Amino acid sequence: MILVRLEARPTPSRVAAYASPFIAAGATIFIGGALFAALGMDPVEALYVFFVKPVATRYGIGELLLKAGPLMLCAVGLAAGYRANVWNIGAEGQLTMGAIFGGGLALAFPQSNSPFLLPAMIAAGAIGGMAWAAIPAWLRTRFNANEILVSLMLVYVASYMLSLLVNGAWRDPEGFNFPQSRMFGAAAMLPILVPDTRIHAGFLLALAAIGAGWLFMRKSHAGFEMRVAGLSADAARYAGISVPRTVWTGLLVGGGCAGVAGVLEAAGPIGQLLPTMSPGYGFAAIVVAFVGRLNPLGILGASLLMSLLYLGGESAQIALKLPSAVTGIFQGAFLFLLLAADVFIRYRVRIGRTPAIAPGIAAAE
Amino acid sequence: MASLQDIIVLTLAAGTPLVMAALGELVVEKAGVLNLGVEGMMLVGAVVAFIVAADTRSAWLGVAAGIAAGAALSFVFAVLTLSLLANQVAAGLALALFGVGLSAFVGKSYVNAVIAGLPPLAIPVLSDLPLVGRLVFGENPLVYVSLLLFAGVHWFLYRTRAGLTLRAVGEAPDSAHAIGLSVVRVRYAAVLFGGACAGLAGAFLAVAYTPMWAEGMSAGRGWIALALVVFATWKPWRVLLGAYLFGGVTLASFQAQAGGLALPSQVLSMLPYVATIVVLALISRDAAAIRRNAPASLGKPFHPDA
Repeated sequence: MILVRLEARPTPSRVAAYASPFIAAGATIFIGGALFAALGMDPVEALYVFFVKPVATRYGIGELLLKAGPLMLCAVGLAAGYRANVWNIGAEGQLTMGAIFGGGLALAFPQSNSPFLLPAMIAAGAIGGMAWAAIPAWLRTRFNANEILVSLMLVYVASYMLSLLVNGAWRDPEGFNFPQSRMFGAAAMLPILVPDTRIHAGFLLALAAIGAGWLFMRKSHAGFEMRVAGLSADAARYAGISVPRTVWTGLLVGGGCAGVAGVLEAAGPIGQLLPTMSPGYGFAAIVVAFVGRLNPLGILGASLLMSLLYLGGESAQIALKLPSAVTGIFQGAFLFLLLAADVFIRYRVRIGRTPAIAPGIAAAE
Repeated sequence: MASLQDIIVLTLAAGTPLVMAALGELVVEKAGVLNLGVEGMMLVGAVVAFIVAADTRSAWLGVAAGIAAGAALSFVFAVLTLSLLANQVAAGLALALFGVGLSAFVGKSYVNAVIAGLPPLAIPVLSDLPLVGRLVFGENPLVYVSLLLFAGVHWFLYRTRAGLTLRAVGEAPDSAHAIGLSVVRVRYAAVLFGGACAGLAGAFLAVAYTPMWAEGMSAGRGWIALALVVFATWKPWRVLLGAYLFGGVTLASFQAQAGGLALPSQVLSMLPYVATIVVLALISRDAAAIRRNAPASLGKPFHPDA
């Protein structure tokens, strides 16, 4: 009866698994072009403004890497959890907490020129993010509370905390009542790596996180346990793997990485605490983690792509007078299309009528 | 000082978007599908309702458009998860992100627009009755709609054959398939209903509750609605109870701010989110009860060959 149907493959297709992000990227660009055309623009020119123009200069490349850094950090941390079916979607809040902890240290020692200030800030940022992620971990392991909802609720709580601080105790007394902290001292700022760009030393840390993530997932016993727990919780329990421990590991790794991303934003391009420390990096990182196949190297590529979507949105705002929210549409559509393309990993598309199999054989299938 | 009647009326209004969205999600989950994209569908419902209400000057047309927009967005989710068998958690997150972006994009030029909105009922004499006039006869029309929705969902799930089919599909899709029920078709219908309800909730926010459009104006209510379904252990009447409880918490934080309580406004604004976390933890603590009440196939894709 059915003309197009899906037939389960005996084993998942590796080719399809690697091809699907590229298919999704191509389809996203195509749909983006269609969207621009529907808005009455020349699609080729609009796509050029969106995807090429932002990275046509050295400064532009620097911006690409600058925005890819926090995405990489957040996504590699999230992927560690997602592998174990630990769904932390609150990286945005953990990032905010990291900025509060690390930034708080910078504000506490404004005159310091100690070389240890920056490392201490980064450590404080990691602790802040981990502390924030420990809440859903504890509630999940102790009270069975869904970590998706708890981690997401905490995004709102963290953002109100930051708002409270920059409107109150940490507000710059010389800042004309703007809700922002003092600028950090020179010792609390990350050094610029390449002249004439904003790319800072934090990017190296993001790259290191990619490497560490790869080692953790592929070479460490804990990473192996996470993968087993993600494939089958029952098998993991039978093998003596503690599921609560994978929950804790997944959330703490994710929170720690997001916290570091937050403090790097504060000590890098921003240089102070503002009411909002990120244009949604923590949420975009969810897309990055999936597009990167939860694989650190894939995440490296995916975060560059996602960073380009941010730059494209800004470029479209300036050159095409489009709201920069177009970035969110591209991000969401990209993940949709990726999930659609992923169907080919586990299923083959069969066109034609359902073969008439004898009931006995059908049941045995 | 607000009268008791005022407080109840305001609490009902604050809880209404949660009632709508959570009842919709309850039906979706009863059919075995977990759609995490409620926040996205709610925002798109809100922005579309607002735009249509502003352009046609008809609040009711706006509400209808919001419902349709929520359902349309949920259809994308349905195709992904039911036809293409994508991971429901990932697809739901994609829907939430997409909805936030899409609503901000289309709503950009309407941020400062003003509409008449949908005023509360004002029936001569009846609405002015002392003590209960506004409570019974002076609510926002959509508050009555949400109560009808509750009655309808309860009746459908527990008193109709179609409701039994839907619950069977959620509890045991393989058995349902084996006796000839179309699991996928039932789930499509449930997801579309959930999307329509989320769209209605968004429309209530943008057209009735605070007649305006602001980016991300649902402020996490879609996620709170998801938590409410767990809180309610998948029972409609407990959704109602939970929604009004949260409505009360939201209201208390507004009232305390307006009343000049010596707490910073940010601390009060955190309250509904903190309350959600605390309640979620308390309810989920009894893992056995959650397992007993949650639809058995929740979140698992269904493929007849598998």
